[in-house]
Amino acid sequence: MKIVVCIKQVPDTAEVRLDPKTNTLIRDGVPSIINHDDKTGLELALRLREKAGGSVTAVCMGPPQADTALREALAMGCDEAVLVSAREFGGSDTYATATILGAALRKIGYDLVITGRQAIDGDTAQVGPQVAEQLGIPQISYAEEVDIQGDALTVKRQFEDQYHILKVKTPCMITALSELAEPRYMSVGGIVDAYNKEVKVLGFSDLKEGLNPDWIGLAGSPTNVKQSFTKQPKASGTVLSGLSADEAVEAIMSSLIERHII
Amino acid sequence: MDFKLSKAHLLQQELYRRFAENEIRPLAREMDESESYNMELLAKMKRYGFFGIPYAREYGGAGSDTLAYTLCMEEISKVDASSGITISVHTSLCCSCINDFGTEEQKRNYLTPLINGEKIGCYGLTEPNAGSDAAGQQTVAVRDGDDYVITGSKVFTTNSGFADTFVMFALTDRSIGTKSMTAFIVDRNAPGLTVSADIPRMGIRAASNCVVTYDHVRVPAANVLGKEGQGFKIAMKALDGGRIGIAAQSVGIAQGALNEAVKYVKERKQFGRPIAAFQNTQFKLAEMQTKIDAARLLTWRAATAKDAHENYSVYAAMAKLTASEVANEVTRTCVQLLGGYGFTREYPLERMMRDAKITEIYEGTSEVMKIVISGSMNLR
Amino acid sequence: MSKDIFVVAEQRGGTVQKVSIELLGEARKLAAELGEKVVAVLMGSGVSRLTEMLCQYGADKILVVDHPVLEHYTTEPYTKALTHIIRTYDPNIVLFGATSIGRDLAPRVAGRVHTGLTADCTSLAVEETSHLLLMTRPAFGGNIMATIVCQHYRPQMATVRPGVMALPEKDASRVCAVEMVDAGLSIEDQNVEILKISKDARKHVDMTEAKILVSGGRGVGGPEGFAPLRELADVLGGEVSASRVAVDSGWIEKERQVGQTGKTVRPSLYIACGISGAIQHQAGMENSEFIIAINQDQDAPMMKLADLGIQGDLSLIVPKLTEAIKAYRGSQTV
Repeated sequence: MKIVVCIKQVPDTAEVRLDPKTNTLIRDGVPSIINHDDKTGLELALRLREKAGGSVTAVCMGPPQADTALREALAMGCDEAVLVSAREFGGSDTYATATILGAALRKIGYDLVITGRQAIDGDTAQVGPQVAEQLGIPQISYAEEVDIQGDALTVKRQFEDQYHILKVKTPCMITALSELAEPRYMSVGGIVDAYNKEVKVLGFSDLKEGLNPDWIGLAGSPTNVKQSFTKQPKASGTVLSGLSADEAVEAIMSSLIERHII
Repeated sequence: MDFKLSKAHLLQQELYRRFAENEIRPLAREMDESESYNMELLAKMKRYGFFGIPYAREYGGAGSDTLAYTLCMEEISKVDASSGITISVHTSLCCSCINDFGTEEQKRNYLTPLINGEKIGCYGLTEPNAGSDAAGQQTVAVRDGDDYVITGSKVFTTNSGFADTFVMFALTDRSIGTKSMTAFIVDRNAPGLTVSADIPRMGIRAASNCVVTYDHVRVPAANVLGKEGQGFKIAMKALDGGRIGIAAQSVGIAQGALNEAVKYVKERKQFGRPIAAFQNTQFKLAEMQTKIDAARLLTWRAATAKDAHENYSVYAAMAKLTASEVANEVTRTCVQLLGGYGFTREYPLERMMRDAKITEIYEGTSEVMKIVISGSMNLR
Repeated sequence: MSKDIFVVAEQRGGTVQKVSIELLGEARKLAAELGEKVVAVLMGSGVSRLTEMLCQYGADKILVVDHPVLEHYTTEPYTKALTHIIRTYDPNIVLFGATSIGRDLAPRVAGRVHTGLTADCTSLAVEETSHLLLMTRPAFGGNIMATIVCQHYRPQMATVRPGVMALPEKDASRVCAVEMVDAGLSIEDQNVEILKISKDARKHVDMTEAKILVSGGRGVGGPEGFAPLRELADVLGGEVSASRVAVDSGWIEKERQVGQTGKTVRPSLYIACGISGAIQHQAGMENSEFIIAINQDQDAPMMKLADLGIQGDLSLIVPKLTEAIKAYRGSQTV
């Protein structure tokens, strides 16, 4: 069983702050981390390997600095790591990203592809299903539990108010929810090993046979960001006093409805 | 000269930091108050390789180095100095003796389970009547056929409450004193070995620290480390290395306290503005951060010298002397910055201040450090 | 030429999801600006009876794919059916609810027809000159908003966050065309096997992971004062937490303490009931997205930190709030 886990290196959005003067994102000094759902995917892959044997390969598309994310994946126990990186890949939207990752995965080979449900910077949850579409394999997203018997996986798939237990044969794609498993830490020895291993790099020239160059990068992306802006900074709060209980409830209700909390 | 950590070291630092934040921080206060170490936490640290950082892969260690070990000590001690000393005594006192002086067989039998996360080690040198003056040792080992029979008691043996493997020192001939000092590896379950309840203490209260009594404990001669009479040298060499760990622990305590204080002064408002806006606060913080950095650099110098197999014992003494004093000064000042709240047990500063004190005492007092340092200065 | 706005009407177990109705309302607005029609796409097994309702909420036309393989949602048959519809009818815009089904199906379809897809939109608009769909969505954990366009590919596709768009009025007088579509489905299209379908029993939520926390402090008055807080947390799908005072007084278990010596939380809603808001408490919850404080003392520090501070008697307000939420929820089912 060759398990390939697609991971993304993301800024730790918990650390992202807005500059109060310019109202823009401060990204300097914000640490880069492995996207949490993807880390769950790594944990799932490692557990499946422990149970069923085989190997785990971590794949990350990103700039050269994403090497760190792959070293971390190796330090958690992955067997191999591949960085998919080229200037031509920059600015890709989810379709273009899936096109590139699809080509990379065909080159790397796989039985099972795992990724996190969504990344905390983009929050789209689209790349997993779109990679599966590129590869023409079944996908099960929102996986909360996964078990393996031979080449068949049993997956608990979460919906808003119910779950399905599904059975799927490899090759296939699973996108993991963070509830699926608590990711392990790197081990000390794992880190030592990670820096003694090679992180293979797949660039544009390595993949160009397997993809349409017009469908990648900023120019090849069907969607483009027209404008981005920060939300208005939080206005200082409102304090309401002297209301009757019913008026108070009304005030709270309208704030909850306005914010789509209920 | 390059003061930058390598990528591999940075990633280790990241590991220790995350682990300390997520796993240790939530338990630190409770462990201090209950004066007992959390065994599940201990098991986790073993699993991830925290107990074999600088030791060779061929024996089951992580295959890293002393510098990485200081990163671990600092990050862990930032949130809990008791966790720091638990790792430190195991790593740089117990394991180093076996690693540096053990036979191949001793390494396979004792070092491997200690550094691969199966077992915990401790180190017994100090006696009720022999602290800085190791010549006052009274524990004796009497040769009897293929065995030695050990009788005496050791005090302040860190980790002894739960350790599996005891490296300890005894005299084979009291008439020649430390010249006969010999190092032994003793199993916890050896008949005659008893461990007292924890000694009530001011700081590092979650760590285990007991009196170990040896009442005619029979130890095979095969468990002698090095040669008979080599014990003093073995003990001192281990302490040289241990001081790097204590220096790193001290840096961690200081930095951890400073980080807490920085967080507080930005939130706490008095006289209409955050106390961080007052220059007295800013200057105090600047002084403390500078001193901590100086202590850290001394610690790293000692660690890198050890890794390069250079003579590091004076460097280690300087690092420990400085860092332990910085830890005490910084924790005391941070408590002051927090005022009344710093004095309460709601904040970790008072614990850090109590924990800091021991760093000036154990593995050689500050006074002993000065003896080591001045001894290298050709003063006589 | 691509035209019309297609709304994928999500049904689960024969019930149309509320977000799909919201989308019909939004699609009507866009259709008016573009001079196009609203087409609902209904996929399932034995779902024809749902067409009337889709019509009443704003569809001009309804395309129905009714096939046994569509009885329960699985990715491939739904992808195949919707791809067939897009290729056959060439819509200008296709909208999905950003539900766990919508977010599974939409990217797969967008990949297959090779077009752009914007996830989890919170606002849609038509650009005046180009007539492009402007799709606005949050990113970076909600720290920034981005407006996305899909200029060169059709259809323009988006998933839309449930609850964002207003529910349209029902109009029982509306009539619309219903067209049954043969998408060429077969039972073999289902490439995963469904072993079991279960309603989800509510799981125990870790307080630090709860999206909503109802937190009590000294003002709650005693252990019995936490009962109404628990009921409020239950209707909100959240958890109960507490300040140190409440924990130290033995009113609630220590695990639920928020603050310097307790846990640090960052829920999307934090309702502080009778918590004065010492900085030790604030340190544990100040990063909550939306904070409501209910307190007798309007000068309590928590009232300043809160987005909405209500000065009043929480023993009266909290139970009434619980009832109001229940009533509101009741009025929202379709």
